[in-house]
Amino acid sequence: MWKTRIGAILLLIIGAGIGYFIYASEPKLHEGKTVSGQAFAEKFPFKLGLDLSGGVQLVYQADVTSVKPGEVKNAMDSLRDVIERRVNAFGVSEPIVQIQEKGGITGPVEERLLVELPGVTDVKKAVDMIGQTPKLEFMTERSKAELDAYNKALEKLQADQTAGKPLNIPAVVLAGPYKPTELNGRFLERAVLEFDQTTREPIVSIVFNKQGSDLFAELTKANVGKTIAIYLDRELGNPEPISAPVVREAILGGKAQITGKFTALEAKTLVGRLNSGALPVDKLDLLSTQTISAPLGAQALMAGVWAGVWGLVIVAGFLVLWYRLPGLVSVFALAIYVVIMLALFKFLGVTLTAAGIAGFILSMGMAVDANILIFERTKEELRKGHGVHEALREGFARAWTSIRDSNISSIITAIILFWFGTSLIKGFALTFGLGVIVSMFTAISISRTLLFALPFNGHGVVVRTLFGSGFFRLK
Amino acid sequence: MFIVKYRKIFFTISIITIALSFFAMATKGFNAGIDFKGGSIIEVSYDKRPDVETLTKALEKAGFEGARVQMAGESDVMVKTRALSEVERQNLSSTLAIKGLQMEEKQFSSIGPTIGKELRSKAWYAIILVILGIVLFIAYAFRHVSEPISSWKYGMITTATLLHDIIVPAGVFVWLGKEVDVLFIVALLSIMGVSVHDTIVVFDRIRENLRLKVSNDFATTVGTSLRQTFTRSINTSLTVMIVLATLFFFGPASTKDFSLILWIGIAVGTYSSVFIASPLLVVLEKRQSR
Repeated sequence: MWKTRIGAILLLIIGAGIGYFIYASEPKLHEGKTVSGQAFAEKFPFKLGLDLSGGVQLVYQADVTSVKPGEVKNAMDSLRDVIERRVNAFGVSEPIVQIQEKGGITGPVEERLLVELPGVTDVKKAVDMIGQTPKLEFMTERSKAELDAYNKALEKLQADQTAGKPLNIPAVVLAGPYKPTELNGRFLERAVLEFDQTTREPIVSIVFNKQGSDLFAELTKANVGKTIAIYLDRELGNPEPISAPVVREAILGGKAQITGKFTALEAKTLVGRLNSGALPVDKLDLLSTQTISAPLGAQALMAGVWAGVWGLVIVAGFLVLWYRLPGLVSVFALAIYVVIMLALFKFLGVTLTAAGIAGFILSMGMAVDANILIFERTKEELRKGHGVHEALREGFARAWTSIRDSNISSIITAIILFWFGTSLIKGFALTFGLGVIVSMFTAISISRTLLFALPFNGHGVVVRTLFGSGFFRLK
Repeated sequence: MFIVKYRKIFFTISIITIALSFFAMATKGFNAGIDFKGGSIIEVSYDKRPDVETLTKALEKAGFEGARVQMAGESDVMVKTRALSEVERQNLSSTLAIKGLQMEEKQFSSIGPTIGKELRSKAWYAIILVILGIVLFIAYAFRHVSEPISSWKYGMITTATLLHDIIVPAGVFVWLGKEVDVLFIVALLSIMGVSVHDTIVVFDRIRENLRLKVSNDFATTVGTSLRQTFTRSINTSLTVMIVLATLFFFGPASTKDFSLILWIGIAVGTYSSVFIASPLLVVLEKRQSR
């Protein structure tokens, strides 16, 4: 008995703890005040889908007809990398760039690229930027005097910044330490990943075409001992070179190797970026566009939250009025269910959409089902004249098969929905499926512990009233 | 139990509603949303909303023939037209920015016909898969029940009620002229999930009562099981319908139709699992013993 009670108290404390965590992690809930644990908790914000945060979603179809079948994956990976770099340069928080392989069962395989830019509403700018051919540039170091001027200006700028003075970026700094050359991605034939025969270290080798070889020979001749910086999409806001190898000697044959301390993965990324001097796929077609303004998203979010709150309050009211004491207990179980789900959304990084919130709200209604089944069953046992604990035990045991079988069918539906998944539906399927699984746990184990911890047993008038339902007292 | 006794009345009600649903589908046809047939939709809001005619004329002049203009809310206008490229979208946006009025673009989406086609076929696959999955699962879950009728018949009846539960709300939706989009399909699939919940709970009770041998007469056993699960069926559906109603009244605009169809579907689903599924079991048993 005491064991159950301690367990019940622990459950309530844990539930309250998770609730507090959610409270602390959303600064909007405690406006202005700082609460303890906030810094840790805020590392887990809710992830909002585009329909709630506002922003742009673009779906592209990549034409890969001229890419060899075995290399499609690599081509798509480099494409993703190139686009992601650009999107990051756009200054978007948490952009999503995803490869989606479509079809297989329902048609020929198609390679898609999904780009989501939360908070961006200028579709034109986004589309223009993504659709552009990547630009690879080879640049050489500026002269000694120019470099000195650059470094000096940069130091001054940094000093200003630390002193908090208004920043006025001089042209020398904007131009950067490298100067443009004629050599660019068009002259590059290919870049490949190789491994050194003896050291087994990754090497990136690049091959230029005829014209490129001549240009490259000139550049290397003039810059022995200096660096040649390779930039990708510099004008689209990527100010750092993707690589800046030192020229050891003049290279005449148009074949060069970049060696250095990189991991195989870094080398592979570099190869992809070098090769993306032209888009690694033939063509990108914009298949669908979706934009949602930020105020509209915020409105939808608030509406979803309020619908959830009202749903919870009304269901709780119904449970207490109809099922009395067990009803009250199930309200606690439901509350714990809600906080567990919200915490899971945070920890698993589930992207919440309007459909996802709908799935969650629906699962709240279904979460109660298991409790209703148990209570009805318990009542039957009480009617037979059993004591409270005996009746509860029987009620839980006999309701279990129904709960199990009916929930499995819901899980089957959720899985198929997830597979069906556009992002809209995946959001719904995930919250709904997760909800069904978690609710099985909360409805059974939490309600059970709490009910057994109650100081009622026997079959007196009090028990019959508290465990009765609707308009009746148990006979 | 009166439900088993007067089953013919309930069968008739269901047959009539299904017939009416099919009639609605045949005469009115599905009003497919842009995600199924491709197209675009833009929602803008004005400080002073121009009338439909002004907008339609402006749109026609700009080359958006057949664009449909709809008023929404107090100051919003929605325009539906074919799938648009980015350049066309800008053109549409500037066409709607009528001189002298303040206009704000609230949302835009354009879906190419390829995606529409793909979603259509996926929707069918999903519906068929859900039905198949549920039937197989029920046949498995009830595998030990073979007397007086075999377990796969429980599965078959569940399928029949599942179809009933999605045909009727779909019919109501068509009749209301609502748009059929991806969320509509998700709603239908969820209805199946929830409706089968109810059916399983009743069948589970029948399974248990058969084991306990509460009666030698199958019809009486079914009747007893129905009576025992009746309150639960009503109360569960009630709670689900309460939360769906709050979603409908307070929730985001994008899930309003979704909660409506789920609401209808769950009402129909509860009805069918109590008034149709179990009486059908009795019918099958009677036919078998004849």
